[in-house]
Amino acid sequence: MTAAQFPILILIIPLLAAFAISLFGGRRDKLAYGLLLAAMSGSFYAALQTLLLVLETNIPIHYRLGGWAPPYGIELVIDHLNAMVLCLVSGCALLTAIYSLPTVRAEIPDRIHHYYTLYCLLVTGLAGMVATGDAFNLYVLLEISALSSYAMLARGRGNAYYATFKYIIMGTIGACFYLLGVGYLYIKTGTLNMADLFRLLAEEEMQQSITIRIGFILIMIGIWIKMAFFPLHGWLPNAYTRASTTTSCLIAPLMTKVSVYIMLRLMFSVFSVEFVYGVIPWHEQIVWLASLAIVAGSISALAQRNLKKMLTYIIVAEVGYMVGGAWLANESGLAGTVYHILSDALMTLALFMAVGAIIHKTGKSSFAAMEGIFRKMPVTSAVFVLGGFAIIGIPPTCGFFSKWYLIRGGIETGQWLFVGALLFSSLINAIIFFRLIERAYFGDLSGHGHGPLPERDEAPAVMLVPMVVTAAALVIIGLYTSEIIGRIVLWTIPAGL
Amino acid sequence: MADFLPYIVAKYNYWAALVLLLIGLYGMIAKNNLLKKVIAMSIFQSAIILFYVSMGDKKGSTIPILLHGHGEHGALAIDPSQYANPLPHVLMLTAIVVGVSTLGVALAVLQKIHRVHGTIEEDEILESIEE
Repeated sequence: MTAAQFPILILIIPLLAAFAISLFGGRRDKLAYGLLLAAMSGSFYAALQTLLLVLETNIPIHYRLGGWAPPYGIELVIDHLNAMVLCLVSGCALLTAIYSLPTVRAEIPDRIHHYYTLYCLLVTGLAGMVATGDAFNLYVLLEISALSSYAMLARGRGNAYYATFKYIIMGTIGACFYLLGVGYLYIKTGTLNMADLFRLLAEEEMQQSITIRIGFILIMIGIWIKMAFFPLHGWLPNAYTRASTTTSCLIAPLMTKVSVYIMLRLMFSVFSVEFVYGVIPWHEQIVWLASLAIVAGSISALAQRNLKKMLTYIIVAEVGYMVGGAWLANESGLAGTVYHILSDALMTLALFMAVGAIIHKTGKSSFAAMEGIFRKMPVTSAVFVLGGFAIIGIPPTCGFFSKWYLIRGGIETGQWLFVGALLFSSLINAIIFFRLIERAYFGDLSGHGHGPLPERDEAPAVMLVPMVVTAAALVIIGLYTSEIIGRIVLWTIPAGL
Repeated sequence: MADFLPYIVAKYNYWAALVLLLIGLYGMIAKNNLLKKVIAMSIFQSAIILFYVSMGDKKGSTIPILLHGHGEHGALAIDPSQYANPLPHVLMLTAIVVGVSTLGVALAVLQKIHRVHGTIEEDEILESIEE
């Protein structure tokens, strides 16, 4: 096996594992679990090697599928931005895979291998969306990941079916809008390869074309629906809240972040900086909308009394951070967005894992589950606190640094509304998390303070290890911020910004 | 109005796709019955498939198969202006598969909804959730 094959291995390994698990995984749960772990480790290793290769040479990797030269063949293009996101996708998938066994056994006891098959297909779709350099290929992989996520979300509790149905309708509208937009681009240019589209769309005639503008708007609306950008976020909170623990740990951090990546990819690798900020004169209004998303998401999160639902509204606010940062049209804002993709995926993962462990152990998902949790589950609550600190933006967690770049971008462009929204959201997050930490540490102050102290009842080790790794990554990435910004993030800033 | 009619007639395939698209979008948003929403979703997807397929077609063109490749009409379908662009058609084969899978998942979920809530009317489901 040569190093040249690593880009395709990132997606091929989970795809083949999906077949293997559905064929052989039914015999024993442990076999399905082992195959899943092997596939995710292989995919993560390939992603890591690809990232190292890109960092070493500092030029994008072009992988031609079947040896067909673009623009006729499909190619995978891996540069700094998607090498980082690929590592993030396969890394989060590996950590969630390790974490999954106890909760999947408790929640979906009968068809573990089917569930793990869907898991592999979802990871294939997400990694493929990130790696591909073809606009139509992106649509197909978008639908692969969407279809497997519908099936995974539907295996939740309560009225998961109804929430999933709404997601199917919204997700299909989003994907179809994207497809329609790509059709507009195809009519004008006759190509679907992203690099080829970029070359053709740079021409003056294309820059002025109404068709191209409408195509761009349709694509953006489609992706905003997919990433649950306010006010198109209605489907997300219910679908993610009702999902089973592992499903929400896998989908909540990755799905929205991959959509943000796709938005950046299309803005700068298909369209250009001049087109996105110059020809479409709306970037200030989109930043206002993003500020509104942040404020609305934060206030809705504050109003929740269910742990998971609260986290889903925080995701809605975080999507506002990233969309706003990308449309600030300056270097700091964009660097903040790229860095926030990394840090937000990890902090969401840490929080969903910790909350999942708490729900798994206590059987409750309301705030009451947090009472006395510090004594019962010390490690889990430490991870929860660290994840909360990252969301609030307390140094040295990585959440502080991404927020710092976003705020700097807002100040440099004079977008005070966006800066205000970011600070407001930090304040609200501080209230949310310190209220929970207080409950977790002191228990219910109003009630019976002299009852028997709760016994120590920690989550099993397979759940604790990935949680601790994620929480450690939050701090380590925070400490190495300048290296990550210099070696990866600054390379992703397109020329001309 | 006199200018507008030829404009519609000249691009009638796009107008037809647009009308179907809007019917589908309206159905998905406004209908109360979930099965009708699924039907509207299918109409919506079919509209996009028609849009793609019609853009590949040309006036008086044939199918993109090398007809009479070795005979005296050897040049019949080699010139790109004489056959329909096959690429959008091939793309839509994939989109049809995606559409059918989405429809399948949606119907399966709908069946489960009916089993849990006993109805597929959206307002009745919302009432039963609130109780």
